[in-house]
Amino acid sequence: MNTLIAITALGVICLIFELLNLRKILVPFSIVALCGILYLNSLDYNQTASYYNNMIVVDNFSVTFTALFIVLTTFLVALGHHFYDDVPEKLSDFVAIKIFLLSGAAAMVSFGNLAMFFLGIEVLSISLYILAASRRLNIKSNESGMKYFLMGSFASGIILFGICLIYGAIGSFDMRVIMEAAVSADVEEWFYIGGILLAIGLLFKIAAVPFHFWAPDVYEGAPALTTATMSTLAKVTAMATFFKLFFAMSGNLPETSQTVLVVLSGLSMTVGNIMALRQANVKRMLAFSGISHAGFMLMTLIGTQISAGTLLYYGTAYAFAGIGAFSVILYVCRHLENEDIVNFQGLGKSNPFLAFVLTTSLLSMAGIPIFAGFFAKLMLFSQVLESGHLALVIVAVVNSIIAVGYYFKLILAMYTKEPQHERTGRPFYIYAVATVALLLNLTIGLFPSLVTDLLR
Amino acid sequence: MQDVLNQVGINNYIFLSVLLFCIGVFGVLYRRNAIIVLMSIEIMLNAVNLLFVAFSTYHEDAQGQVFVFFSMAVAAAEVAVGLAILVSIFRNIGSIDVSNLKKLRG
Repeated sequence: MNTLIAITALGVICLIFELLNLRKILVPFSIVALCGILYLNSLDYNQTASYYNNMIVVDNFSVTFTALFIVLTTFLVALGHHFYDDVPEKLSDFVAIKIFLLSGAAAMVSFGNLAMFFLGIEVLSISLYILAASRRLNIKSNESGMKYFLMGSFASGIILFGICLIYGAIGSFDMRVIMEAAVSADVEEWFYIGGILLAIGLLFKIAAVPFHFWAPDVYEGAPALTTATMSTLAKVTAMATFFKLFFAMSGNLPETSQTVLVVLSGLSMTVGNIMALRQANVKRMLAFSGISHAGFMLMTLIGTQISAGTLLYYGTAYAFAGIGAFSVILYVCRHLENEDIVNFQGLGKSNPFLAFVLTTSLLSMAGIPIFAGFFAKLMLFSQVLESGHLALVIVAVVNSIIAVGYYFKLILAMYTKEPQHERTGRPFYIYAVATVALLLNLTIGLFPSLVTDLLR
Repeated sequence: MQDVLNQVGINNYIFLSVLLFCIGVFGVLYRRNAIIVLMSIEIMLNAVNLLFVAFSTYHEDAQGQVFVFFSMAVAAAEVAVGLAILVSIFRNIGSIDVSNLKKLRG
């Protein structure tokens, strides 16, 4: 609760900083303040409480995921320092929008009432529409913003309809009442229709097949930093919310729902990976890779013993790898028109360290040992195997192998070709974020229990 | 209010809302003019608002009506952002036809 208030207050303070002409210290200040909020958030660990008539419920699930979101936002704010060099007078707006986006994300994992859930998802989405269209004079950015806006508000309408039907069936928005209704035998069939509509809306937001078609276009057109936000923070948030809602409403779901999930997650991985193979644009490639990772994350919902720890670990590993990769993309494509793989040629010679960070991030996403991505997949697969879905695990393993193919296309371009552009300058924030993301990735890869033990 | 609801029947309210919602969905999917797409999204959201109020009376519970205020405020914010994006598109390409947006293709 205090976390949410502190985050919102920080957003407002960022806007006031602009009035006071303190733009120079805005980014360092926000980073320090976000670290403070992270500490404040950690105080709530192991203390379950609910506030404002159960509008907000703070438990270990919400505290750990909020902590992950705060860390990701810190990275994104830090990367913004150099990214908005051409429009310095708008820096505070962008930082403030990112922090408001974080407040939406925090509300989405700590809601105790569907009203709070709806507000959270809308705060997150509206901030992202603004960020996606923020390069006002660039038609690609406009187009990406418009597409994201249309698809996003379409999905919001579906989610709202789902909430309405659930309310109609049980007469309350409270999650406790919903949990009771989910296990009781006699509840109006609107309740289940509402649940399905909610699921469809959230699948839109996490970009899982068959609701993924907007993602590549939006990811490619949006400014690179916004793409980083969408593919790490927004995706993990929507997945965590989906997990929480699924957990609450899965009381007496029929067997077929498991089959649907198995098919959706298998299709997401396969479609995402196969489409990624033939992309020449790195952002587009990572969009398809994100679709396949959405499929992997959906696997956490399958099985009798669904565990939030696995989702947290997978989400953390994926998000840190994404941040590492995008910090390098931001550096390489600072002054360039597009993000084609050609632009990455020779990075291994001109900037060995950044090339190393990008390589490790991609290997982690592909699931090569000692990086966090490998242990995330290992845990996920063994959990799904225990619940007896052997076919899905085989599909997932085959997909992990396909994924290595397109990740290596980028890695080979970095190390075997000669550089085409001069790359000068060593922006401090980009190097710092790349280093920290790499270290965090290695740490949680070597000690997975650091993360998984948080949610037992 | 309860009398009206009893006379009309809650099912008819649901049918009306679903009908309006589907009109909105088809508008989003088939119309190419961005303003009309925005209007269709508004129809979707307002169909839900109607159903919220009907359910609120049906359950004799005020929460549903309060939710309508939330969803109206959110819809207003959403449309404000959408129109802003639309204006910048119009300045760049001089058209508000959604099918003109095809710079991004894989």
